[in-house]
Amino acid sequence: MKKTSILGTSAIIAVAGVALADGHMSSDMILVSWGGAYQASQQNAYVEPYIAQNEGVTAVWDESSSEAVAKLRAMNEAGNVTWDVVDVVAADAIRLCDEGLALEIDHDEILAPGDDGSSASDDFGDLIVSDCFVPQIVYSTTFGYRDDLVGDTPPSSVCDVFDLAAYPGMRSLERNPIANLEWALICDGVDIADVYDVLETEEGQDQAFAKLDTIKDNVIWWSAGADTPQLLADGEVVMGSTYNGRLFSLIEEQDQPVSMLWDWQMFDLDGWIIPAGLSPEREARALDFLRFATDTQRLADQAKYISYGPARASSAPLVSTHADLGIEMAPHMPTDPANAQNTFLFNYEWWADYRDDLDAKFQAWLAQ
Amino acid sequence: MNVQLTAADRAAQGDNLIPFAMPITGLLGAVLGVLLGQLVGLNLVFGIIVGTVLGAGVAFVLCRYLDYVPGRWAAIGGLALLGLIFGGIAGLVAGAVFGAVLGWCAYWLHSGRYRAGVPPYATPGQVLWHNAFLLICGLILFFLIAPILTIIPLSFNAQDFFTFTPKMLAFDPDGYSLKHYRDFFTNDEWTVPLWNSLKIAPVATAISVTLGTLAAIGLSQSHVPARRAIMAILISPMIVPLIISAAGMYFFYSRIGLQGTYWGVVLAHAALGIPFVIITVTATLVGFDRSLTRAAANMGANPVTTFFRVQMPLILPGVVSGGLFAFITSFDEVVVVLFVGSAGQQTLPWQMFTGLREQISPTILAAATVLISISIVLLVTLEFLRRRSERLRGLSPG
Repeated sequence: MKKTSILGTSAIIAVAGVALADGHMSSDMILVSWGGAYQASQQNAYVEPYIAQNEGVTAVWDESSSEAVAKLRAMNEAGNVTWDVVDVVAADAIRLCDEGLALEIDHDEILAPGDDGSSASDDFGDLIVSDCFVPQIVYSTTFGYRDDLVGDTPPSSVCDVFDLAAYPGMRSLERNPIANLEWALICDGVDIADVYDVLETEEGQDQAFAKLDTIKDNVIWWSAGADTPQLLADGEVVMGSTYNGRLFSLIEEQDQPVSMLWDWQMFDLDGWIIPAGLSPEREARALDFLRFATDTQRLADQAKYISYGPARASSAPLVSTHADLGIEMAPHMPTDPANAQNTFLFNYEWWADYRDDLDAKFQAWLAQ
Repeated sequence: MNVQLTAADRAAQGDNLIPFAMPITGLLGAVLGVLLGQLVGLNLVFGIIVGTVLGAGVAFVLCRYLDYVPGRWAAIGGLALLGLIFGGIAGLVAGAVFGAVLGWCAYWLHSGRYRAGVPPYATPGQVLWHNAFLLICGLILFFLIAPILTIIPLSFNAQDFFTFTPKMLAFDPDGYSLKHYRDFFTNDEWTVPLWNSLKIAPVATAISVTLGTLAAIGLSQSHVPARRAIMAILISPMIVPLIISAAGMYFFYSRIGLQGTYWGVVLAHAALGIPFVIITVTATLVGFDRSLTRAAANMGANPVTTFFRVQMPLILPGVVSGGLFAFITSFDEVVVVLFVGSAGQQTLPWQMFTGLREQISPTILAAATVLISISIVLLVTLEFLRRRSERLRGLSPG
């Protein structure tokens, strides 16, 4: 009896396993993104409407954007590309395009024209930083501070981050030279127009690191976008840098006593690429999705869920109110004129040349 | 030694232990004062002074004037009242805990029970070492368990952060909520991975247990050639760093079309689970009497019947604990599934891993609390069944 029961149990388990293993996996369109509120905004603004319009198409999310370059390299090596559409930051898109891992596209042919009649390439303008890249949003890396920990005069300039006398306490900065070196030089009296010229020289780099040295003992270094909001909520840091959408969620959705400091925010772009080497049917499906997901209305819709600026100029007038909170979203956009008095754009070309060098220098400096 | 001394007895002894109990209880009070001070952001010196005064005071009052039981309650009640006055409901709880600890410590020192664990002839140095040793053991257990215990209350946080909010510390019901549990059980982001894990782990376990048990039995036969070499190959997934196995499996499975499929993940997890089954079953087979299988064969049972009717019941504890390890390996595994799986096989650890990196959401804590509960229930049930079967077979008394 025992024998039959054991064999029976194994058989049931095996049959159940076969039955449960979904057979229709390959028909799913695999979308790669960052997870969290950002992925939710994409899901609400264009993935759900797209699936509703296209019978038989299903989408599965893979939250792997942060290791997209490494994974796409491995997939290419193994000859088994499982992703269909991948959300990456512009710098990664440029790398993937250079390595031939992303599909080069003709933006005017593939993408919808703007609602105002402009061609796609005019509508996106300078934001098309690579032939493989379809921009979605403009976001920025900027600072938030705890209202109750900064005294009577809240910080008004990014240089207040370097002012330990006026604002004692810990700060959080990204574990990465990008933006930190620019801010250090700006606050050391270098004009924004000269920052990259100065950073190209050995003395300029030393000058930036020397400025960072003045606050090094008071810095907690972050690597995930969620770290600074957590540290601010805990009161572990007085001020810290992170993505503006994270700060919006912390302030407006989570109701924490935190305010934004938009001074010298660094703009960056995020968008889609299609991996190279897909079968023709999958490639056609991915392109069809991209055309829908990046049209004027869809990009404007995304701003209902997250405070990132739509990449199309024609979407800006259509930005409305937050889906749950009902507040106007335009004043929370990094591109809003009131917020964008002092800004700079992530300098992709310059960092592509100097990244390896400065990364090594930065890590060595951190370890000192 | 009689620990239930009355106050009158102690008066007769001249209370010569009070000068001993007071400073040490005061020291404990100072340590607790610093800890609590850190928690609520009080001045360090202030915490030390208040803690010392309270500790010494409790020791003096209790040891001089009160018996054991009323004394303990008086310490708890008195400090709880003090806490309530200064810190509200949170203060009440903290005060009660303080009172319980300080009162216990005072009597423990004063009644001489601190010598209970050592022989009467031990020198003061030996007594000190004995108690220091117990303290170190206690601290080790505390450091192992404290991180796990803190996440349980945090998972009931009403906010979306890993933070003990002031409302939570004040035991305000508004500071607590079940929303992260609701999220865990209703949001697709969590239910789909949970379901995937539940589909993958049992099947991987069944495969590991079957193959691992067969391998262990085969390898325990003395006539099998190259036993050690085969054993080394079979348990290699346990020795090779996981990331190496994972990368190797990724390229191999991609070539043969298993990467990104349900069966790919199941097979990868089964390969990781097999060594655990082999090791536990081999260990139980050491105590297995081979003459039993010969006796069964002698009575006409074929090898399969012999295995299921004679050998299997006797090595079952090894098979079950190996299976449990295999199950937990699959259920907790994140590295291999990141390589071998694709979005359709996202398991619970995968979701926790990406969730923790991209957004620090307390839903992860709710998930962790649920998983801890499941593990505890599983282990307790297993232990209960094991004892029951031992009792039924007369292997252990009681």
